[in-house]
Amino acid sequence: METDRARLASRGGEDPDRRTASDRDRRSGTPRAEEPVIESRDLSVFYGEEQALQGIDMSIPERRVTALIGPSGCGKSTFLRSINRMNDLIDVARVEGELYFHGKNVYDDDVDPVALRRKIGMVFQKPNPFPKSIFDNVAYGLRVQGKDDDVERKVRTALERAALLDEVEDRLDESGLDLSGGQQQRLCIARAIAPDPEVILMDEPASALDPVATSQIEDLVEELAREYTVVIVTHNMQQAARISDKTAVFLTGGYLAEFDDTSKIFENPQNQRVEDYITGKFG
Amino acid sequence: MSVDPGITAATSAVEDRKNDLVRYVFASCALVTVLTTAAIVLVLLEGAVAFFRFPDVTVLEYLRGTEWSPVIRPRSYGVLPLIWGTLVITVGSALVAIPVGTATAIYLSEYADPDVRKYLKPTLEVLAGIPTIVYGFFALSFITPIIQRLFPQTGTFNAAAGAIVVGVMIIPMVSSLSEDAMSAVPDSLRNAAYGLGATKVEVSTRVVLPAALSGIVASYILALSRAIGETMAVTLAVGMTPRITANPLESMQTMTAYMVQIGISDVSVGSIGYQSLFAVGLTLFAMTLAMNLISLWIRSRYREEYQ
Repeated sequence: METDRARLASRGGEDPDRRTASDRDRRSGTPRAEEPVIESRDLSVFYGEEQALQGIDMSIPERRVTALIGPSGCGKSTFLRSINRMNDLIDVARVEGELYFHGKNVYDDDVDPVALRRKIGMVFQKPNPFPKSIFDNVAYGLRVQGKDDDVERKVRTALERAALLDEVEDRLDESGLDLSGGQQQRLCIARAIAPDPEVILMDEPASALDPVATSQIEDLVEELAREYTVVIVTHNMQQAARISDKTAVFLTGGYLAEFDDTSKIFENPQNQRVEDYITGKFG
Repeated sequence: MSVDPGITAATSAVEDRKNDLVRYVFASCALVTVLTTAAIVLVLLEGAVAFFRFPDVTVLEYLRGTEWSPVIRPRSYGVLPLIWGTLVITVGSALVAIPVGTATAIYLSEYADPDVRKYLKPTLEVLAGIPTIVYGFFALSFITPIIQRLFPQTGTFNAAAGAIVVGVMIIPMVSSLSEDAMSAVPDSLRNAAYGLGATKVEVSTRVVLPAALSGIVASYILALSRAIGETMAVTLAVGMTPRITANPLESMQTMTAYMVQIGISDVSVGSIGYQSLFAVGLTLFAMTLAMNLISLWIRSRYREEYQ
């Protein structure tokens, strides 16, 4: 009985209007239109003795693309992985400070990282489909999250949103590993959005792809921002300029040098070192 | 005429001959194992042919008969009781080794701290190094008394104790090879699953285990083929009574135990009992060879290719 009721409730919750309903709640809570979904306060991450992030303060707005850029080893990926607590999986990693998701510190003792990651999906640098069929890849998240009613439809919807359905429609039972690199990455995006998270983290999702596949991913990112909050790490400054609304520039040592609207960062950066980086003087 | 820029004849003729010699020494060492295998097969075949040449013995009776008594009259030559004994031990040991070995592999690969793994894996592999006769005594003096306390009708020699002890013996094979297969699954797959909100159990059982399945199944088959060939422990624990019975608390006889029995008995060379050794040996060889080939086939056929 209990589970039936829970399932009914969650089925209702997966309808498209749930999002608008919860938005309305949120909006009524605060007058600002751009309430941050994710907010870090004085967030530092250490790998053993080494400090990879130095007291980061950042507010990530809802349903926008926020790009994290900076030279190698600047901590941008570390920041991304601290949002859904993937750093927990690294034994030597230690986090100080706070990171709020809808006002709740995700490093509080009562937060379950498994539940957190169900709200915050992730796409990795190298496409990493499971050695399973295309269908089972997309269905995996739905199944582990118990959202496995109407799997068929949800899988097709996710593939369609990831702009992959047309290419794989008649071979959903073939292995995901048989797809091309770009298709595999879109498959991984479909897999991440199938369980309908609120935020999607992307860790250099196009760095292993050719230019055509890269531009497909970029189009997709802009499309996804209509429904999801997207945080994307990229090495490619042009990419950040093309697709993001907000840009955070990290500099070597794990410092956040500047965080602002993308247009402002690229046209009129306040920080001299950011300007040097943007104009290609180093990095 | 072109000039030689110093890239010809780096070595002298003597050195060339030395290189050739070394190559032949290595090759002949490799040849030793191949020749030994071939010789064993030939000896088994020759002895088995001699066995089936005896007027009372027919291949048909050998393969279908349910009584085995080639030495003691009334003689009968059906090998099925021995195959049955071997089968009971093999299946019984698989029931012990597959669950325990697989769970151990999951623990070692997914849960254990690196420090724990560093000590636990070699310790497990020590299990594999204990002489099998020691396992036999362990079964007789430790496992059988426990079974007898639970089921008083249990004989001194019984199949259950043999199956359990062989199962323990092959756990390291299952756990070690399965752990290798699971550790080879790239972390990117684990991260993908964690990123989707999978729990540790789900990552282990629904991502890592299926991705490593070919290696895991191959380890099962290798371990089972070891169980089929296991000799001293089952000779001691299971006894020497060839019979087809479903009761694991009774004594049985495996093919290997029969071969020990003939090997240490006073049957004369060339007699029917002596020749039966080769027929049983050939049957055993065929069974383990088939298992090893299946294992090879599974590993090459179902190997997952990761980038």
